[in-house]
Amino acid sequence: MTIFSLALTVLLGILAFVLFFHVSNFLLDYFGKRSSKIFKLENSLRAVIFIAPAFIILFVFIIYPVFETIRLSFYDKIGREFLGWSNYAWAIKDPDFRRSILNNFGWLLIVPTLSTFFGLVIANLADRVWWGTIAKSIIFMPMAISFVGAGVIWKFIYDYRGPEQEQIGLLNAIVVAFGFEPQAWLTIPVWNNLFLMAIMIWIQTGLALVIFSAALRSIPSETLDAARIDGASELKIFWSIIIPYLQQTILVIWTIITILVLKVFDIIYAMTNGQWQTEVLANLMYDWMFRGGGDSGRGSVLAFCIMIGVIPILGWNLYQHRKEQKI
Amino acid sequence: MIKKLSISSIFAQLLLLIFVFVWIAPTFGLFISSLRDKDVLAISGWWTSFTTTDVNEIYRTKGMEAQIEEDGYFIIKDKVFEEGSGKIISRFGITSKNIDEFEVGEIAVFKDGSEISIDKEGNYFWRSKEKFTKKKGKRIFVSATSPPSFTLDNYKEVLLREGLGQAFINTFAVAIPSTLIPLIICSFFAYSLTWMRFYGRDLLLATVIAALVVPLQMSLIPILSIYNDIGALFGVAAKSFPGIWMAHTGFGLASTTFLLWNFLKSLPNEMMEAARVDGATHYDTFIKIVVPLSIPAFASIFILQFLWVWNDLLVGLVFLDKHPSEIILTAKLKELLGSRGENWEILTTGAFISMSVPLLIFFSLQRYFIRGLVAGSVKG
Repeated sequence: MTIFSLALTVLLGILAFVLFFHVSNFLLDYFGKRSSKIFKLENSLRAVIFIAPAFIILFVFIIYPVFETIRLSFYDKIGREFLGWSNYAWAIKDPDFRRSILNNFGWLLIVPTLSTFFGLVIANLADRVWWGTIAKSIIFMPMAISFVGAGVIWKFIYDYRGPEQEQIGLLNAIVVAFGFEPQAWLTIPVWNNLFLMAIMIWIQTGLALVIFSAALRSIPSETLDAARIDGASELKIFWSIIIPYLQQTILVIWTIITILVLKVFDIIYAMTNGQWQTEVLANLMYDWMFRGGGDSGRGSVLAFCIMIGVIPILGWNLYQHRKEQKI
Repeated sequence: MIKKLSISSIFAQLLLLIFVFVWIAPTFGLFISSLRDKDVLAISGWWTSFTTTDVNEIYRTKGMEAQIEEDGYFIIKDKVFEEGSGKIISRFGITSKNIDEFEVGEIAVFKDGSEISIDKEGNYFWRSKEKFTKKKGKRIFVSATSPPSFTLDNYKEVLLREGLGQAFINTFAVAIPSTLIPLIICSFFAYSLTWMRFYGRDLLLATVIAALVVPLQMSLIPILSIYNDIGALFGVAAKSFPGIWMAHTGFGLASTTFLLWNFLKSLPNEMMEAARVDGATHYDTFIKIVVPLSIPAFASIFILQFLWVWNDLLVGLVFLDKHPSEIILTAKLKELLGSRGENWEILTTGAFISMSVPLLIFFSLQRYFIRGLVAGSVKG
């Protein structure tokens, strides 16, 4: 396709939605004024126009697929024959699946913890120095970068050359400078997971940082000043005032990063594709979607496993929402 | 007291400096590498590119066509480096066994009796009593120091020859509608959730909040099979731009609606009621009051969704072809990572091109970006 026809497609696509809303509302206004019958219906018709497109999309792309995926997880690879629990039985025995579960747990434990911790520490430090804004900007920047782009950046850092060659990867260059042997970091099982997690931490620390920065400003300065006058050390203030004050924020950041980490795909897919024992659920699922023409049953089991991870968060969110609505 | 404070302040500055350094070094290294010559990039770390480096190069002299006759000698003259390279030769050699045998200015003698000398800038002078008879010249080995040099050649190469230029355009064709369509649909949806009264409104809102955290992996298999069925039924391609727009709209719908709803409910209710009393329809209220007031919120949401779509890999892999006319930047970059894994000049440059638009948005509209994130971005 040429750029021109591509631009035209894009324009038409967007215009279609603008026109839908404009024309349907215009018609409703026009006929509403003429016929008293329609006038009575006006409000409900208007609601239908406002809601229908979003609801149809929500239904087709989220609600229906959730149930369909659960259904497919009990069926064979093309979704025809009912198999009962056999896909789940397969998963429990599959070494790749076990490895993925183990790795996902590792990711869930380490990434949210360290991102939140770094974010909190940096937000505190940045508040005290005059160049804090610039520092925050720099640490936040990886948030704008794609996981694949970050993958390339870090693959370059982990690059490995034989010991007789000059290292062009930063990590090996440092290791060699200290007199150790260079390593092919991404191929050392178990530890390589940490090197992949480092990428996610590098990205998500920025998210924690900006949210903490906003929250820190809400701590009344009188409380902090009072503590300082009483002679509390900065460390003591951090643990006894700031941390308790930010509990809610810490929880929010923790959940955001947890949800993200459960679905981690791009980094693994781009860096190792699950080799050397770095497999995770999302990558394994993608693999089964297309391996050997695709197996929708096994793929669905894997997707459902990711879903199980978010159900507690989903429940908590709904509970919080209901509490807010009552107030 | 003051002394104690200043020590802790110095400590804070130092610690923060370390953090900043660790966080910027990876991206900075990538950027510098993308500007380096590909031959140098392959053999030395990017941190060496700011100082003069020692390089060993092999050069083949010109052959018989270039010879001229002067004072009874046959002479071939040329330069081993391109004009303006700034490289300075210290030693040279004429055999691979001893590549730095001679000092600059010395005369080296080949087996056939011809003599060659070379100066610091790389001009060589090769003379012989006999006529040169070989088409191929001889190899000379030079040890030189090379000043820091940067080039845009990698960018030209990657954009034009590796097909990243087309992928760049494709990514725009995916990202713009995938950002605007949800924004249009969701602003009506969020309006109705905030100010219209209808049966099942609370249930709908709860559904949106639940949908916020549903992983998109749950949708991939069923949606792909719907697309395949539609493709087969109407004889059109299952993987197409409109297809991926709708997929992104679906996956971004919950978060866009939620953020807008959060914003809209903070607008004063009296204003809407006053407009209704004056006889304005919901559509009038929406266009004339709500939209102008929501511009900052729209900006934040636009940036979040745009960056999300631009940086997405999974949806692009599943719902678009890998054909050059459809492939998006992230998928292309992943492809290069597989096929050109050792060509760091292509990878670093490609990665930087894919990051250019997000970084531009980041640095120019950081305020809106942060506001959107802080407003509670939870995306499914």
